Amino acid sequence: MLQKLLFGNLTLAAIPFHNPIIMGAAVFMCLAAACIVGSLLYFKKWTWLWKEWLTSVDHKKIGVMYIVLAFIMLTRGFMDAVMMRLQLVMSVGASHGYLPPEHYNQIFTAHGVIMIFFMAMPFMFGLINIVLPLQIGARDVAFPYLNSLSFWLAVAGAALINISLVVGDFAGTGWLAYPPLSEMAYSPSVGVDYYIWALQISGVGSLLSAINFLVTIFKMRCPGMTLMKMPIFVWTVLCAMILVVLAFPVLTVTLGMLFLDRYFGMHFFTADFGGNAMMYINMIWIWGHPEVYILMLPAFGIYSEIVATFSKKYLFGYATMVWASLSITVLAFVVWLHHFFTMGAGADVNAFFGIATMIISIPTGVKVFNWLFTMYRGRITFSSPMLWTVGFMITFVIGGMTGVMMAIPAIDFQVHNSLFLIAHFHNVIIGGVVFGYLGGFTYWFPKVFGFKLNERLGKAAFWCWLIGFYVAFIPLYILGFMGMTRRLSHYDAATGWRPYLIIAAIGAGIIAIGFIFQVLQLLVSIKNREAYRDTTGDVWNGRTLEWSIPSPAPFYNFAITPVVDSKDAFWKIKQEKNSSEAEPHYEDIHMPKNTSTGLWVGLFAGIFGFAFTWHITWLIVASLMAVVGAVIARTFNMSTDYYVTADEVRRIERQSRSGALAPQKSNSTDDDVTDDDLPDLETEPA
Amino acid sequence: MIKLKKLSAIVFASVLPLLLSGCKAVMLDPKGIIASQEKYIILFSAALMLIVVIPVILLTLIFSWRYREENIKATYAPEWAHSLFLEIIWWSIPCVIIVVLGAVTWISSHRLDPYRPLVATNKPITIEVIALRWKWLFIYPEQNIATINFIQFPVNVPVRFLITSEGPMNSFQIPQLGGQIYAMAGMQTKLHLMADTEGDYQGLSSNFSGDGFSGMKFIAKASTPEAFNRWVKSVKKSQASLTVEVYRQLLVPRSEVPVRYYSPINKDIFNHVVMKGMMPMPDVTEGK
Repeated sequence: MLQKLLFGNLTLAAIPFHNPIIMGAAVFMCLAAACIVGSLLYFKKWTWLWKEWLTSVDHKKIGVMYIVLAFIMLTRGFMDAVMMRLQLVMSVGASHGYLPPEHYNQIFTAHGVIMIFFMAMPFMFGLINIVLPLQIGARDVAFPYLNSLSFWLAVAGAALINISLVVGDFAGTGWLAYPPLSEMAYSPSVGVDYYIWALQISGVGSLLSAINFLVTIFKMRCPGMTLMKMPIFVWTVLCAMILVVLAFPVLTVTLGMLFLDRYFGMHFFTADFGGNAMMYINMIWIWGHPEVYILMLPAFGIYSEIVATFSKKYLFGYATMVWASLSITVLAFVVWLHHFFTMGAGADVNAFFGIATMIISIPTGVKVFNWLFTMYRGRITFSSPMLWTVGFMITFVIGGMTGVMMAIPAIDFQVHNSLFLIAHFHNVIIGGVVFGYLGGFTYWFPKVFGFKLNERLGKAAFWCWLIGFYVAFIPLYILGFMGMTRRLSHYDAATGWRPYLIIAAIGAGIIAIGFIFQVLQLLVSIKNREAYRDTTGDVWNGRTLEWSIPSPAPFYNFAITPVVDSKDAFWKIKQEKNSSEAEPHYEDIHMPKNTSTGLWVGLFAGIFGFAFTWHITWLIVASLMAVVGAVIARTFNMSTDYYVTADEVRRIERQSRSGALAPQKSNSTDDDVTDDDLPDLETEPA
Repeated sequence: MIKLKKLSAIVFASVLPLLLSGCKAVMLDPKGIIASQEKYIILFSAALMLIVVIPVILLTLIFSWRYREENIKATYAPEWAHSLFLEIIWWSIPCVIIVVLGAVTWISSHRLDPYRPLVATNKPITIEVIALRWKWLFIYPEQNIATINFIQFPVNVPVRFLITSEGPMNSFQIPQLGGQIYAMAGMQTKLHLMADTEGDYQGLSSNFSGDGFSGMKFIAKASTPEAFNRWVKSVKKSQASLTVEVYRQLLVPRSEVPVRYYSPINKDIFNHVVMKGMMPMPDVTEGK
């Protein structure tokens, strides 16, 4: 009785001590955590971590933390993928592999949820955070504290997923948790509750982020930057954030209704008593299809930036690119039904949504041609960001083709839910989204850290990813035609699928090597950072404003707010460069102070989700009050901003410019400025 | 060197069976009129889009090579970023392809609509399908028989499947005969198929429905009308009959269930399963 009151449904039995795989993963996670905490204590870096990173509201640091989260979750999601591929190599005929179905089901569900919500989304928000304010000449996002809060909500969601690995279980329903399977009757364990709360909490974070970026784009562009002079990445982010704002509330409501069904025995999506599971499937895809474009559009923007920079040309057809992005934004909302033609909605409905889907391929195809003709008559440097872009262009058109094939209902009836579908969406998500984000990561890395990544290892990683992708997923296209359906944990030898699954597993191995190269690339680059240091601030001969400031970008971004009169503003400035190097007149800069509120809200929100998952009533109430309390307490904090004086700005600018403009000359005015002066400046007390 | 040899041996060992086994692409080896039309559309649409896809891939490679930095002989036009003529070309080519594909979509969606009865000289037979955890129950109301995980029907006779589910959603598919349709609790969907060749075809659920999902397979046997009639007679000799009681026992979750036959049958079961979800809550009917 007391235990029920204190711990709800949570008992020691919730931890699967008997399962060596899960316990191994748990031990590994604990060791990793212990290593991190231990080294922080050993090197006395706690205060540094707290002041410089965890409580930071600097958009660049939040961006970096988002990307760290994305890489951690990519590791986990990728391990899930490797486990699935191994299971399917082993589990044929008499052998049932090493994973029982109930465990395998959790793995493919976790793989999908993690890769979309906790790898791709944080990676996207990380890149937007880092790049967007710099590209529009802003000092930060519109709401820096809200930005920190959004990040910590994403962390809370990711933490819930990782906790579910050890305490209780995760949903074994597929990544969209279709009812009735996800209802209490068929999924009585806590897995689906973890799923609901991880997505709800991180989903609120995504929505807040989107509002933040929309306001930033609309209100904080530097003078002269009209909408049609914005870098194309900003345009694609604008489109994606419009989609987030319109789509994520639908996800919140849908999961909220599923929660009501599960927690309070309601019947929104049950088969009986007036419920309708198909309503869930409609609603989740009204969010789910725009979600695909939420991830894809910023990647399109990244490719546009990279292809123009490395071809040393203006992006071909800028206005067309804008209109293509906008039309994709609108069309993203009228195609959701193509995810379930097989529900039997009837020929007219299916044909409508099929044709609407195909129409999206027109603006998308136009974009591909525009990238192609940006390269035409350019002077292309094949640095690794450009390799990712060319790899994308070739891979993506294949994925687009198979996508349009599946948009024809008659074909979809055959290949729906088959491995053909799996191959298709990995084709566009790996070949489109992941390639773009990894390319963008390499491209903007010097701007954040002040040194380039090792190109050799970067290129090796690219080739492994590209070849690994084809080896892993072309067999899945074939398997789809061979009638292999998704989410199988076991199959008969007579099907003849096994050789293809072995090849696919080899492909996953090649991608794994690519991933290892990337980790090595980071380590080697950090070790040799002095050799790779970017002293110019413009390491790629860039075209947009972020390259006009030193690398790493100062915490206030722009000492002087830039004024632009054209697109590719920095390129224009460089073209017209007059030799006057007179020091500009600096003014005081208004900056936000650090705050820990976001972190606390994220922590309590995570506890709130955990408490709901395990039905611990007192903890639900307490954590909710803590969330509300933290937010209210923050409103009483009147000291949320400070000024960086003009003198300090001058000092920092001279220091970084002297390195940038005249690396050999020693400037007497800089002698009194040491490196140690910088961190103190950046951490104005919160 | 030894490592390389080992690696190539592994690659060879994995590719060889692939070449030997040949590709049993069931969807490209149709045995029914629906599936053969679907195969035709797959090939047609792929070919049509390759008209754009192949040139794009080739152009990407050619431009990458020709305009590489090292090739200073190639024209460099850094300011050239707009051409109305070119843009009209690549707005219109995809448009034309989508117009053609859109027409194909509209026509095929209607012609191959799973709900559309097939026109044939032979009288159609009806099979009611209930997706259970994790087995398929097939009821032949006209023949007064029922089976688990096995169906037989005559070739060149349209088969009308009425499909529902008790439990999670599944999807009913026999790839060599045609496309799939969802099996949903509280709802009835329809699928019309017709085999044109005798044979045993794999049937499956293609929508994940829980732990036993992988074992939710059945055989669909298309035979001569005579063989079909003989089979019906043999099923009728079955000792088990499908009563409500027996049906309830089938609701116990179980995977990889062997083939079973029932006769006679309670013909109301299918209707009852569909309608069960339609009933109001007990409290409401009792006026509490």
